[in-house]
Amino acid sequence: MNDRRKVDLTRGVKGRFIRDRLMTVVFTGAGWFAILFIALIFVFTFREALPIFTDPEVSKEANLHEFFVKRVEGETIEQQFVWQPVGEVPKFSFIPLILGTLKATFVGLLFACPIGVAAALFSSEFAPPKLREWIKPTIELLAGIPSVVLGFFALLVLASWLQNTFGFTYRLNAWNAGLALGIALLPVVFTISEDGMSSVPRHYREGSLALGASRFQTAWKVVLPAALPAVFASFVLAFGRAIGETMILLMAGGNAAITSFSLSDPLRTLSATIAAELGEVVFGDPHYSALFFMGTLLFVLTFVSNSAGQWVIGRMQRRMQGES
Amino acid sequence: MNVTTINMSAGDRQSEERATKIHEEPEASPKIQVRDFNFFYGDLHVLHDIALDIPEKQVTAFIGPSGCGKSTFLRSINRMNDIIPGARARGTLMLDNQDLYAKAVDVVALRRKVGMVFQKSNPFPKSIYENVAYGLRIGGVNDRRILDDIVQTSLQRAALWDEVKDRLDSSAMALSGGQQQRLCIARALAVDPEVLLMDEPASALDPIATQKIEELVYELKSNYTIVIVTHNMQQAARVSDRTAFFMLGKLVEYDDTNTIFMNPKQKLTEDYITGRFG
Ligand SMILES: Nc1ncnc2c1ncn2[C@@H]1O[C@H](COP(=O)(O)OP(=O)(O)OP(=O)(O)O)[C@@H](O)[C@H]1O
Ligand SMILES: [Mg+2]
Repeated sequence: MNDRRKVDLTRGVKGRFIRDRLMTVVFTGAGWFAILFIALIFVFTFREALPIFTDPEVSKEANLHEFFVKRVEGETIEQQFVWQPVGEVPKFSFIPLILGTLKATFVGLLFACPIGVAAALFSSEFAPPKLREWIKPTIELLAGIPSVVLGFFALLVLASWLQNTFGFTYRLNAWNAGLALGIALLPVVFTISEDGMSSVPRHYREGSLALGASRFQTAWKVVLPAALPAVFASFVLAFGRAIGETMILLMAGGNAAITSFSLSDPLRTLSATIAAELGEVVFGDPHYSALFFMGTLLFVLTFVSNSAGQWVIGRMQRRMQGES
Repeated sequence: MNVTTINMSAGDRQSEERATKIHEEPEASPKIQVRDFNFFYGDLHVLHDIALDIPEKQVTAFIGPSGCGKSTFLRSINRMNDIIPGARARGTLMLDNQDLYAKAVDVVALRRKVGMVFQKSNPFPKSIYENVAYGLRIGGVNDRRILDDIVQTSLQRAALWDEVKDRLDSSAMALSGGQQQRLCIARALAVDPEVLLMDEPASALDPIATQKIEELVYELKSNYTIVIVTHNMQQAARVSDRTAFFMLGKLVEYDDTNTIFMNPKQKLTEDYITGRFG
C-alpha cells in the first residue's frame, strides 16, 4: 500500500505532452495545407482571368458587360446571346453556356435526387440485411465509373433510346445529357442520404413503431425528417458535382452553345466549353482570359453553394436539437 | 429477514389503499394472461415457461437482475420484438382473452392498445405539439381542433401541460430529461391505450424527476393497466400493486407487492430484494 502511494503522478506527463503537441501540429498543418492549396488554385485561375479587368487590349473585347449583358443584333434571343470566340468579331456571351449548365444540372438533379433519396430510404429502412449489403456497394460502385464511360454510353445508347421513345428532333439534348449526368450524381445523393438515414437513432424508430406506426410511416415521418440535414447536404454536393462535371456533358450534350430554354435542344456547358477550347486558345488572347474567368466563376459558384449549404445544414441541425 | 433497508414511507398512502381495495374487490378477470410463454433470440432461449396474470387498472412491476429477460417479456406484450430478426415466441400471451400471437392479430392495432415508454426518453426531433399529435396523425386524425384537444388533455394527464403550454411549437429536444420522459408518456397516452408498458422509465432521471414519474404512474393507474420494469427496489415497492421477480429467464415469484417485499416465499426473492446479489 505504502509503495503505491509513492508512485510519481507526474511521470510520463512530459512525453505525452510532446506527443500530443506533435500530433496537433501535424493535423493542423495538414488542414491548413489543404486550405492553402485551394486558395492557390483560386489565385492562379483568377490571375489568368485578370486581364479582362486590367489589360485594355483584352478588356475591349472580353469584359463583364460582354459576358453577361450584351445582346448583339438579332430577332430571337438565340441570335442575341452568342458565344462565338473565334471569328472576325468574337462574341463572348456566357448566357448560352450558363443556360446549358443550368439545364443539364436541373435534369440531372431532377433524376438523381428523388431516386437517390428513395433508394437510400429503401436501403436503410426496408431492405432485408442481405439485400442491403448488396445494394449499397453496388450504387457506390457507380461513383467509380469514369465520366468518359458514362458519356460514351449516353452518346451511343441512351441518346438513341430517348430519341426513339420520345421523338426528339435532336439526338443529343438536355434530357440526354442530364440523365447521363444524373447517373453520376446518383451515388452522391444515395451515399450521403443513406448514411444520414442509417445513423438516425434506433430509438426514434422504436418510438414510432410502438405508437402503432407502420414501417412505411416510420420511414417517411420520422426517419426522413430526422435525416433531412444529410439529405440536403447530398443535394448540395450533387449540385456542386453537376456544375463541375465536364466529360459527360461534352459528349452527351450535343456541344451546341445556343441560348435556349428548351430541354430538347442541344446544349453546351461552361465546363465543357473550357475543356473543349482551352487546348487551342491563343495564350494572352481575350478568349484565353474569358475561359479562365469562366473557371473562376465555376469555382466561386461551387464554393458559394457549398458554403450556403453548410450554413443551412447547420441551422437545420440546431433547430432539431432545439437551440432556436 | 432484512427488509428494513427498503424505504416504504413514500408508498404508505398507496399501500393502505391497496390493502382496503384488495379486501373489497372480488377477483376481476385479468387484463393480460400468460401461459407457457417462451421466447428465443435465434438459438438463445431467454424466457422459460412464463405464466402469470396481470390485473386490470393496477401497477405490476417486473424486477430481477440484469439480463434476466424483463425487457424481452415486456416487449413481447406489444410485440416490439417482432422487429428483431430471428426473434420468436412460443406459448400463449392473451390480452382481454385474445391471443396476441395469433396470425390474425394486427400489430398496429395492438400497439395502439398497448402503449410503451422506453428507458431512454426518445421524443422525435419535432415540436412538442407534433410529438404528442404523432400517434393521432398516423392514425389519420388531421382535424386541428381534435388534435389540439387531445394534445392538451394528454399533456395534462402526463403532468406536463403547465410547463410547456406556452411553447408547444418549440422543439421537444430542448426539454429536460424528466420533461422528455413525461412527453413520451403523453405521446403514448394520446392514442388512448389500455395498457402502458414502461421499461425503466426513470432510470436516467434525477430523484425529483423520478418522483414525478412515480406520482404520475400512481395517478394513471385509475385509467390504465400499467406494467413497469425497474431496477429500483424502493420504486417497485412504492408504485406497484403486484410484483414479479424474474431470474435467468424464469419467473421466480409473483405476488402482491407487499408480500414480495415483506414476506417472500422464495429464498431467491428474499436474497435479491435484500441486496444479497444482483
Ligand atoms: N436483440 C437481441 N438479440 C439477441 N439477444 C438479446 C437481444 N436482446 C436481449 N438479448 C438477450 O436476452 C437476454 C434478456 O435480455 P433483456 O434485455 O430482456 O434483459 P433485462 O432483464 O431487460 O436486462 P436489463 O435489466 O439489463 O435491462 C439477455 O441475455 C440478452 O443478452
Ligand atoms: Mg431491460
